[in-house]
Amino acid sequence: MILVNLILILLVGGVIAWISERQHPNLPRWIALLVILFDLGYFFAVADLSWSQIAVVPNPYDATTWLFHYKAEWIPRFGISFELAMDGLSLLMVVLTLVLGAISVSSSWTDIKQRTGFFEANLLWTLAGVIGVFLALDLFLFFLFWEVMLVPMYLMIAIWGHEGRSYASMKFFIFTQVSGLMMLFAILALVVLNQHNTGVYSFSYFDLLGHNVGGDIAYWLMLGFFIAFFVKLPGFPVHTWLPDAHTQAPTAGSVILAGILLKTGAYGLIRFVVPLFPNEAMAFSPIALALGAAGVIYGAILAFGQDDFKRMVAYSSVSHMGFVLLGVFAWNTLALQGAVMQMIAHGLSTAALFMIAGSLQERLHTRDMSKMGGLWHNMPRMGAVAMFFMLASVGLPGLGNFVAEFMVLIGLFKVAPWAAVVSALVLIVGAIYLLIMMQRTFQGKPKEGLRLSDYGGREMLTMAVMIVGLVWLGLYPQPVLDTAQPVLDSLTRLVVEVSAAASTTDIAGAFQ
Amino acid sequence: MSMIELQAILPIIVLTVVIVLLMLVIAFRRAHGLTAGFTVAGLLCTLLSIPVAMAVGEQTMSLLSVDRYGIFFTVLLLGVALASTLLSWEYLRHRSGRNEEFYLLLLLATLGALVLAFANHVVSLLLGMELLGVSLYALISYPEKGKLPLEAAIKYLVLSGCASAILLFGFALLYAALGSMSFVEMGERLSAAADNQVLILAGTALVLTGVGFKLSVVPFHMWTPDVYQGAPLPVAGFLATASKGAIFAVLLRFFMEAQLHQYNTLLVTLGILAVASMLVGNLLALQQQNIKRLLAYSSIAHFGYLLITLVAGGVLGGSNFAVEAASYYVVAYVVTTLAAFAVLSVLSSDGEDEKQWVADLTGLFWRRPLLAGLMTLALLSLAGIPLTAGFIGKFYVFASGIEGALWILLGALVLGSAVGIYYYLRVIYVMTLPEENKATEYAIPWLGETVAVLLAVLVVWLGVFPQPLMAYIGEFF
Repeated sequence: MILVNLILILLVGGVIAWISERQHPNLPRWIALLVILFDLGYFFAVADLSWSQIAVVPNPYDATTWLFHYKAEWIPRFGISFELAMDGLSLLMVVLTLVLGAISVSSSWTDIKQRTGFFEANLLWTLAGVIGVFLALDLFLFFLFWEVMLVPMYLMIAIWGHEGRSYASMKFFIFTQVSGLMMLFAILALVVLNQHNTGVYSFSYFDLLGHNVGGDIAYWLMLGFFIAFFVKLPGFPVHTWLPDAHTQAPTAGSVILAGILLKTGAYGLIRFVVPLFPNEAMAFSPIALALGAAGVIYGAILAFGQDDFKRMVAYSSVSHMGFVLLGVFAWNTLALQGAVMQMIAHGLSTAALFMIAGSLQERLHTRDMSKMGGLWHNMPRMGAVAMFFMLASVGLPGLGNFVAEFMVLIGLFKVAPWAAVVSALVLIVGAIYLLIMMQRTFQGKPKEGLRLSDYGGREMLTMAVMIVGLVWLGLYPQPVLDTAQPVLDSLTRLVVEVSAAASTTDIAGAFQ
Repeated sequence: MSMIELQAILPIIVLTVVIVLLMLVIAFRRAHGLTAGFTVAGLLCTLLSIPVAMAVGEQTMSLLSVDRYGIFFTVLLLGVALASTLLSWEYLRHRSGRNEEFYLLLLLATLGALVLAFANHVVSLLLGMELLGVSLYALISYPEKGKLPLEAAIKYLVLSGCASAILLFGFALLYAALGSMSFVEMGERLSAAADNQVLILAGTALVLTGVGFKLSVVPFHMWTPDVYQGAPLPVAGFLATASKGAIFAVLLRFFMEAQLHQYNTLLVTLGILAVASMLVGNLLALQQQNIKRLLAYSSIAHFGYLLITLVAGGVLGGSNFAVEAASYYVVAYVVTTLAAFAVLSVLSSDGEDEKQWVADLTGLFWRRPLLAGLMTLALLSLAGIPLTAGFIGKFYVFASGIEGALWILLGALVLGSAVGIYYYLRVIYVMTLPEENKATEYAIPWLGETVAVLLAVLVVWLGVFPQPLMAYIGEFF
């Protein structure tokens, strides 16, 4: 029930926040913040997790060995049930979601002035949908959350977005929805083919893991799943929705999009694509690695050419999320750990950069970096914070992003040295565009007669949370690695077993 | 006809009696509220007679068969008629003119639709279809004196007349080849009549043309947007849901009982029609500025999706699963479309011009949040977003298509839905825009709003708890 409540609290909280606007326009913000913090506190209070529990390697076929599991009959006609389960991986993602959720509420404290109630409600509902995605292990339910979380996110961009919101929100919705339809297609085909083999309909992840659909059709099904997650990730060349959506979304929307929503794609790759179709994913891995490496470099080069602060951060997201794709398709423990690390570190660092972009826009009414310069002089605190996150994004050793990218590169080098070599170049390109960004905005000659308010207590507190998080991830990442380790162990073992059973393909060695 | 058989067709008898009584009521006293109230009571009586009719079990007669399938569609159609009556009352209340006969025509159209739901014979099919069609001609042009309704009615009259003639000719050819007009007997003789292939082929092609026209499947769709736009909103809603639903119901029965799935050519043709409808319907809807026209094109696309289930049923040799899928899809489509029309109709119930332009909805979210929310729900359901009936419908279409391995059709479905999202979202986006002028005071049309809310609840209910309905429609033929 704890998993159900986790989602339910956010849903109900959204309704309360919406209604509370009638009392006072400021009330929804407090309610949203409290609801998220309560959700987080509720989870840890009730879950009562110990390290020994987390260290248990879950059996991928048996939900009872997972940390939490909830299952209720829903549509027996098709073997659909309301099935939620949590292991170390989803635990990390849920915590990241709630922390970034609280940060996003704080980040939009002042820039949303109209209809705050409905805004915070949409924010909470998006979070609920994302948590649903991370917990759902019935494929029907997963798809449901996957699609439903789009609607409040769409509304957030469409109602409170910037000048080009109509185009950006539409593009965001259509890209995700169309790729989602392909996944629905793949899910249904998988279930129907599995039903032909076993005689029963079931959408449960645990039943479908052992499906014996093979051959060309399985490859196509794998692609159906892959495309949906790949678009969301976003991968090159279907990343084009992301710069638009990020740029046009309100600050909180950008934080959620970059920090959490992109991670659902990465999560899907780790949870569904490779375990459900190990052999096909293997056959596909050279292409996926090439796409990943291309995304890493392409995103960085495009980020280099941007004048719009938010667009630049958005393209840097494309570049950084490419590492996740590389990590997943390298499919060894080191690279996978790196991918998981990257999901968390990128979530924090990019969220912070978007917050800075939002604060700049709020103060300067522009995102154009060519109109900025010398801002450090006016806002030393914001400048220092920006410097920190810039360095984190570059991959400075000692901060979370470095650990993540380094692990992915090492893991990748064992499997595909060429991809590792190409993507390592980004450490140079990344440093260039981020340093230039710093120069154009905060350094240089300050403009005369510009009076800007520096960061206050609320902003500094929010930033401090993320700074502490990144330093902690950089210096002592062990707890995160320990949490993800058992899950990744069980998944890699599963893949090795399945590929050993079908050990006729030449590429099978690639993953060992 | 035995007593048992009379009892079985009780809904039709009750509705007929109600119509006669309503005529007398109008003759004695013209009062809009009284007429509408009597219509509602009559429809409720008809609904109540259904359990009585079901008590004698399934009855197959020479013209009608009262079975679970027919009863299912009867309930659906009566529900649509009930909602349409209430919406019409709200809509006509502030419009001048003698509105009483409107309800008479609505009931006659419903009667035709009920006959279609039970029809198992070409004669009853034609009777029902004509009763429905002729009532609709009058309904479309009924309440307004403007040019558009008249144009729409004449267009529908002429084209529908042609379609009926083609249909009739098609059935004549089939009769010449098979020597029977009962669906089941036609099916039995179909496999034996190998020497009359040409006649049968020509006959089914003509029948398909006629039915395709009534369902507004591409390339027989030209009339739809004009008629939708010209017809008053409640009538357009009735036309889009009850009329198309009833005709699809009889088509599905004809398809199953006459075992048309044996004809590969027919299946290929249906497939082509489906692809054309999905693509053309969605593409033409893209740039529509009029919501009624937009919904018209959207309904063309939806019947394209629906045809996939027929093709799948054919490929699978008349499988029950396809019937289940088709039935669910019809229910989802009917409820959702009616909800959308209900919102528009409630918005237009102040007696002024119909709010039929996309621009009329600007800022609706902030002016009338309830109606905007309901409209959003209906549009999301039409787009097939989960938690709505439309999603489960699309799920069924996908599932039946995969069972039948109809990859090209499913590809067109994905493509069509992708295009579809754009125009549904555009309406939602317009509703979220800041309002231009301050909202004027309005009297809350509570009855219409209640109907819209109930329909929206049904959309969500069918999307979240589809199991009971699935259990019922799982065992039709």
